Amino acid sequence: MKKTWPLRALLHALALAAALLMAGPLLLMLMNSFKSGAELSQGSFLAWPQAFSGSAWREAWTLLRGSFASSLMLAVPAVLLSSLLAALNGFVLCKYRFRGEQWVSLLLIVAFFLPVKVYLLPLAISMAKLGLSKSLGLLIAIHVIYSLPLALFFRNHFLGFPDELLQAARLDGAGFWSLFTRLVLPLSRPIFVVVIILQFTTLWNEYLFGLVFGPDEARPITAALAQLAAHSEGGVRAYNLEMAAALLAALPTLAVYLIAGRHFARGLVAGAVKG
Amino acid sequence: MHLLTRFGFSDRSSALWLITPGLLLGALFFYGFLAWTAWLSLTRSGMLPSHEFVGLLQYQRLFEDPRWLAALWNLLRFASLFVALPLLIGLGLAVLLDQKLRAEGVLRWIYLHPMALSMIVTGSAWRWLMDPDQGLAEGLRALGWASFRWDWLADEDMAVYALVVAAVWQISGFVMALFLAGLRGIDESLVQAARLDGASGWTLYRRVLLPQLGPSLFSALLILLPAAIKTFDLVVALTEGGPGQSSELPAFYMFQMAFERSRLGLGAASSMVMLMMVLAVALPYALARSRGDARRRAGA
Repeated sequence: MKKTWPLRALLHALALAAALLMAGPLLLMLMNSFKSGAELSQGSFLAWPQAFSGSAWREAWTLLRGSFASSLMLAVPAVLLSSLLAALNGFVLCKYRFRGEQWVSLLLIVAFFLPVKVYLLPLAISMAKLGLSKSLGLLIAIHVIYSLPLALFFRNHFLGFPDELLQAARLDGAGFWSLFTRLVLPLSRPIFVVVIILQFTTLWNEYLFGLVFGPDEARPITAALAQLAAHSEGGVRAYNLEMAAALLAALPTLAVYLIAGRHFARGLVAGAVKG
Repeated sequence: MHLLTRFGFSDRSSALWLITPGLLLGALFFYGFLAWTAWLSLTRSGMLPSHEFVGLLQYQRLFEDPRWLAALWNLLRFASLFVALPLLIGLGLAVLLDQKLRAEGVLRWIYLHPMALSMIVTGSAWRWLMDPDQGLAEGLRALGWASFRWDWLADEDMAVYALVVAAVWQISGFVMALFLAGLRGIDESLVQAARLDGASGWTLYRRVLLPQLGPSLFSALLILLPAAIKTFDLVVALTEGGPGQSSELPAFYMFQMAFERSRLGLGAASSMVMLMMVLAVALPYALARSRGDARRRAGA
């Protein structure tokens, strides 16, 4: 396609303008997070910081460091457990026939779409009745259970997995477990990367379960951030602190996105099309 | 036909036993609790769960509650824009990125990065950006545009559109990724044939490429519509339902009733209505999908 240069320039200008609009919020947050408390009262929201101050970041870290650790201790095991379980379920659901399998797949797909609000109330009631106190362990268990539909990702992936390979391993006398750990897991690394990234983003960013079932003394970071924002209202409105806190909460997922953006996009698209 | 089944390998039973407990637990937590919520919505449950069956009384109360009706109206306003704007912006960005621009990778990264953020982060950020007294509006006034005002967050009629702004910012890049994947997946021979017929530029897109994006559009709708119905975190972080109750959405109403106001039956009824809405969108897809899967596997 031949295009004259003014058109190419226009297209680039458009793309750049869109990029500035999209990046604007994060850049403004970054800029304002480096302002000192004193500068908030005199300076303007769009003014460049007179002197770069790390005080807001230090304060945000002091306030949120417990929650940051909580979220990390929650997300890492929950992501690993739920992904492994999804691989196991997805593999079996894909490669073994059983009665009612169509129902299982229908229920899994629908579960993918169910609003949390539809099961939140009984979940809270039964956790209270069982006397299970709010804790990270409970939260991890809840996340793992409600991540079961992730199995669909693996099931779709294993559709392209050659049966002959499994067949050969079986003829060599491999039982299910060695089949799964020695053959299936190593061959599903690409889908693992996608699922782990997607699941880490989801769980790190999750709010409602963390609010309701997270330990009060060290809530996950999204719940802590929401609380921080709600509390500052009426009092001193320290947006430098809130910007730093919000960026702190966003840092891990942004870092993952920076390193593995391609897989992230692939996961989102695959999840949308195939989920 | 699966080759495996004919031999009846012994690993089959261990495989099925292995996944059964997890799936049963999942069935209980998803569908058992769903049934429990349905039951709660038919009882007199207030502060505490009750077993007194009252028929559809809670639903009657729900649809007589102006606050719920307002939440539904807000959802209609929110959802129509939350679907339409990302589709337009996403399509525009995808077509733009499809022009073999320089630094395409960087641009794509920038367009998509809000998807990596939590709705709570997005809400906190936009709450300051749109703050009538201290945010962007103040910044622009300080730069010399003395009359500039942007006070949607303080305006009962406009607060829902503040939610739209933040949500559209977050999700448009995702829709772009869907459309871009669609555009890049189009068979090159189709494009070549159209070129030979003299189609180029805008005509090529309008006549040949965009009509191929049906599946991408379908995926986008399948994500956007349920997401709109479920929107909760953003309301918490950006408007807290306010000013007053002017920007409450159904999911926020449900949480308020069930967890703050101790009206369990009413909260349960509102969540069942949300369920109906989501199922209306997702169930046809889920049915078609699970049937298609069965065929694919049988044919594999």
